[in-house]
Amino acid sequence: MRNVYVLGTGMIKFGRYPDKTVPELGGQAAILALKDAGIGIKDVEMFACGNLYQSNAMVGQRILQQIGQTGIPVINVANACATGSTAFREAYMSVAAGMYDVSMAVGVEQMGKQGLLGGAGGGDPAYSTEGKVGSGLMPAVFGQAGIEHMRKYGTKPEHFAKISVKSHKHATKNPFSQYRNEVSLEDVMNARMVAFPNTLYMCCPTGDGAAAAILVSEDKLKQLAGGRKRPKIAASVLTSDPWTDRDLTLPDVSTLTRRASKQAYEKAGIGPKDIALTELHDCFATAELVHYENLGLCGDGEAGKFIDSGGGMHPGLGGHDPVNVSGGLLSKGHPLGATGVANICEVVWHLTQDDRAKDRLVPNAKAGQAHVIGLGSACTIHILTI
Amino acid sequence: MAEQAQATDTGPRPIVPWLKLGPKPHLEGIKCVCGAIYLDPKRVACSKCGETDKFQPLALSDKGKVYVFSVVHQSFPGIKTPYVTAIVDLPEGVSVRANLTGVDPEQAQKEPNKIFNLPVELVTGVAAKDREGHDVVAFSYQPSKN
Repeated sequence: MRNVYVLGTGMIKFGRYPDKTVPELGGQAAILALKDAGIGIKDVEMFACGNLYQSNAMVGQRILQQIGQTGIPVINVANACATGSTAFREAYMSVAAGMYDVSMAVGVEQMGKQGLLGGAGGGDPAYSTEGKVGSGLMPAVFGQAGIEHMRKYGTKPEHFAKISVKSHKHATKNPFSQYRNEVSLEDVMNARMVAFPNTLYMCCPTGDGAAAAILVSEDKLKQLAGGRKRPKIAASVLTSDPWTDRDLTLPDVSTLTRRASKQAYEKAGIGPKDIALTELHDCFATAELVHYENLGLCGDGEAGKFIDSGGGMHPGLGGHDPVNVSGGLLSKGHPLGATGVANICEVVWHLTQDDRAKDRLVPNAKAGQAHVIGLGSACTIHILTI
Repeated sequence: MAEQAQATDTGPRPIVPWLKLGPKPHLEGIKCVCGAIYLDPKRVACSKCGETDKFQPLALSDKGKVYVFSVVHQSFPGIKTPYVTAIVDLPEGVSVRANLTGVDPEQAQKEPNKIFNLPVELVTGVAAKDREGHDVVAFSYQPSKN
């Protein structure tokens, strides 16, 4: 496989855009990424588009109908919350495999204001099991993932709450974030309970957003980068949920993440101590806590201690091993298909000391990782190095 | 004739296929020769070992222990909140998702340790009426009485 580099990135502020269409949002991010790369759409040879809610409606082609119909191959990707990162991986593979020298990945979603995700649909509602035979909604599923940690290791609701406080503190420095308000531990603990132990501030919002990246081969990088150092994709891993005892009843978000993490570190030839920043899938505060251990940022059972010692907090705020300095899904937002590409944008910006992250740069960042879980389940991890 | 007979049958129906009604309602799964147990009988092959046609029906115990739970405060219209949702481990080696009744949701949040490993037993009750007028029976777990 050939080396692949991220030449350019683009992202629009996550939020609500009721007056825009999905192709407009995705097209805006694509144009930003092309400008950042210093190329035009005519230079792009392959395009992978990630979108979930319109996955049957050729979003990638409709984006090109907004920004330039060059006739290139387009694939539309849907992979739950890992949709954007899977599209990025498709774009990566097409260059790594030697098929193309310049590819583009866009992740885009328009969710508007909607309520709880998950649960079964269709048929006679009398046979809907939601609330009658337990809950399959995301807050309960991820609540239980946190409660499993409480059961095993004595973790307290305050530990999860501290993650939300950290996320919101980080987001105040990110102009691309949907929410930029600080919250106190009391605010989080006293907020309306959604599904124990996750209160409102421990649940990510729904919203709209888009992010894009331009990927190039080494030869193209030399030709197009104009001397700029660009990050290398040191690992691009995708796993699905292997058979585990309770996975079909209570989705197991840990085993597939651990497998992906092991593969990613091995491919990149580095370990968790070499990672300057992690963007991970904090759809709920409980999810972030279990992924500290799944990604090897601390030992098994030590996530509570990790948080209490400033783990995950930006070093500029007195923390170490920073996680989700963008504000993460909890504050930056989680437009499903956009999330995976946006996480990679964040890592790229720190590695390249990009102005778009100027108020929150992690110093001396030489390696970073972006992790996404799509429930159902898919896990992607991308490690980037410079 | 059979179809007509079914059309006029107004007897209760289970909310999920793994709930078996009758004089003694219980759960029934399928067990693969490799040991994996599934609740939903609609299955092409075993997702643990890949074998096909190696399944036997398995009547499941009415008693189990709570593995983990959550307290749901926000749900679909018509669902009374808060309620406790739980993952219950059965002695056969399979886990079941269901509501946990007979436990105070607020208390469960205050003292989660008292819910872990709580011995529970299966109970059934009518949860809805379907479009054809059948009672739809659901199951839940409650703390064991003995």
